[in-house]
Amino acid sequence: MRVLVAMSGGVDSSVAAARLITAGHDVVGVTMKLWGGESDTGCCSVGDVDDARRVAQQLGIAHHTWTFSEDFDRHVVDPYVDAHRRGATPNPCIECNRHLKFDRLLRRAEAVGYPTVATGHHARIVTHADGTRRLARGADAAKDQSYVLYVLRQAELSRTLLPVGELTKAEVRAEAEALGLRTARKPDSQDVCFITSGRGRRGFLGGRIDLRPGRVVDEAGRDVGSVDAVELVTVGQRRGLGLPGGGSPRYVVDVDHPSATVRVGPERDLLCEQVALERVVWSAGHPARASRAPIAAQCSAHGSPRQARVEPVGNDRARVRFERRERRVARGQSVVLYVGDEVIGGGVAA
Amino acid sequence: MGAPPAGCENDRVPEQPDRGDRPARLAYLDHAATTPLRPAARDAMLPWLGERFGNPSGDHRVARGARQAVDEARDVVADVVGCRPGDVVFTSGGTEADNMAVRGVYAARPGPVLSSAIEHDAVRNPVDLVGGTTVAVDIRGVLDLEALDDALTPDVTLLALMSANNEVGVVQPVADAVELVRRRAPGAAVHTDAVQAAGWLDLRATIAGVDLVAVSSHKVGGPQGVGALIAKSGTPLRPLLLGGGQERELRSGTHNVAGIVGMAAAFHAAAAERDATAARVGGLRDRLADGLLAAIPDAVRTGGGAGVPRLPGTLHLCIPGVESEALLFLLDESGICASAASACASGAHQASHVLAAMGVGPELGAGALRLSLGWSSADADVDHALRVIPAAVGRLRAAQDRRPEPAGRP
Repeated sequence: MRVLVAMSGGVDSSVAAARLITAGHDVVGVTMKLWGGESDTGCCSVGDVDDARRVAQQLGIAHHTWTFSEDFDRHVVDPYVDAHRRGATPNPCIECNRHLKFDRLLRRAEAVGYPTVATGHHARIVTHADGTRRLARGADAAKDQSYVLYVLRQAELSRTLLPVGELTKAEVRAEAEALGLRTARKPDSQDVCFITSGRGRRGFLGGRIDLRPGRVVDEAGRDVGSVDAVELVTVGQRRGLGLPGGGSPRYVVDVDHPSATVRVGPERDLLCEQVALERVVWSAGHPARASRAPIAAQCSAHGSPRQARVEPVGNDRARVRFERRERRVARGQSVVLYVGDEVIGGGVAA
Repeated sequence: MGAPPAGCENDRVPEQPDRGDRPARLAYLDHAATTPLRPAARDAMLPWLGERFGNPSGDHRVARGARQAVDEARDVVADVVGCRPGDVVFTSGGTEADNMAVRGVYAARPGPVLSSAIEHDAVRNPVDLVGGTTVAVDIRGVLDLEALDDALTPDVTLLALMSANNEVGVVQPVADAVELVRRRAPGAAVHTDAVQAAGWLDLRATIAGVDLVAVSSHKVGGPQGVGALIAKSGTPLRPLLLGGGQERELRSGTHNVAGIVGMAAAFHAAAAERDATAARVGGLRDRLADGLLAAIPDAVRTGGGAGVPRLPGTLHLCIPGVESEALLFLLDESGICASAASACASGAHQASHVLAAMGVGPELGAGALRLSLGWSSADADVDHALRVIPAAVGRLRAAQDRRPEPAGRP
């Protein structure tokens, strides 16, 4: 089979490429050039492209670099900035998967004769008896990336291979060592590729939108602190609010953007029974009858799953009711729905 | 591509099955990027990669041998380009020569710097660094002489205008520009980047009028890593590199003797056959252009036009409805080595400032394809390209029509 491997220059996609070659596939490597600005690492620095190319050379496969930076700006960076301007908490990696890796790349790969694309994500794709596919958690629970891949539907799942999803990270590194791949000991990439550790979110957003100082008030509306950028405050946040020490912990329970006011309260004020989702994706079509089954809802990349039930609302919306009261989900965060280890869908908190 | 190179003993990596990566036929159509080494250049270099060696700056017989080789190479290059041997400053290539011209003149005599809007990055970025301004080109890709006239002020210190553009191959009116500069800014130096033009045009007349010329060895069938700045004596110029004071104190660093010898041999060989090669390759290029434009009727030939000469080897097209990177991928698989014309260090493609300056919109520019022929090109290359390229374009266009919508974007 002809397989195009998206090689980020990291150890996971390096081993993914090696495993596909071992399995007898006809493999070509592509590195996506997405972000043109500063980066610590991630997918886009020249150093990462170099690593991907060197691994491809080691494996004896052709390597190409494809630039999708305009699409990345349009579908990932601009919406990220805009979400902060509106006071939401976006997840740009999910948008990158939705629009770049599993749309733009997949389409171009198909156009050039590679209908199947592989990545180094830690997740698995399983096939049900009826022939439909599901995304499932990776074998390494600590490295599982199924959360950021929930946007894959049948059309994408049927054309995607995740060769390292069955391995733990330690096994991936061991394989890379055994093959002598230069990326074997390369550190994992961290966080959002276009946010540098030096300048942070504040430095990135500060050059693009006005960051406004805001009041921090308690339940009774009394001023209790202040923030210097209301756009950077997220529901559930505890630190950086200028609150006096001592007393029971207080959390951000609401951010009123127009008035630049952050309301804080005890944890119980943060608890809620449900979350409304928009832009919902169902992995195997619309689950008209799935609503009664208990599911687990994961509300952030590393959050623990919460027992819940889901009711589809219309075509692309849903309501998730938690079995117990849970902390509110920040607007813009993705909520991914699992049955056991398998993703059934997900959406963005409205 | 292909098997790991010998010496990279990695017998542990899995064997890649033959993925058809060695196509039956290879058509190298990227001479504007680099050219294969001419046999004459290789032959001239071989002794210097073998038994002969020496630091030309030394004072003994081994050094003298190397010195003589460099001096003779300097004579040959000067003869070919039409300058005095003492004007030739050997560099590490065209980029260094361009940098040295722009930054060296500015350092010696600070003042406003002008360049055309379509210069190679090796000129564009240094011009940017010294706060220079660009002069527009017209839609044919030719410097707008009226705009130059408007931009010239008596205090201008340098005009940089390439002899021919590296992407679209359009030959620039250097002599006319020189005339304007001499009239409007008599103190200004004129630099021309002749890296692309050197293999094709007799530059003697051009070079007679300008103060500085950048040339590169590997675009003309010589080795990579060597070039020269022709710097007429009297031109205000400071060195980029300080050190042992080689090359009239203008370019320190031990000479690349083998490279310099190879460059001279390549320049000599290219000049000896220039007219014949230009006519032959120009014919191949025209056949390629006619065939592609007939097979892809909506493709747009970029730049040039009536009365505007292009380099004989260059064919630049913008093909609507395809993306350069996807097209190059398919061409590569079929053994066609081509380019979208601008590439950065990571190998990723950037939007072309040349096309933008010519008024080519981003949509059309996204389908840019540069096919550049050279001394080693043959009929079979054109035949192969005419077989492969229209089919690849058709395939990509068919795929475009089937595009699904992304998830979560109802």
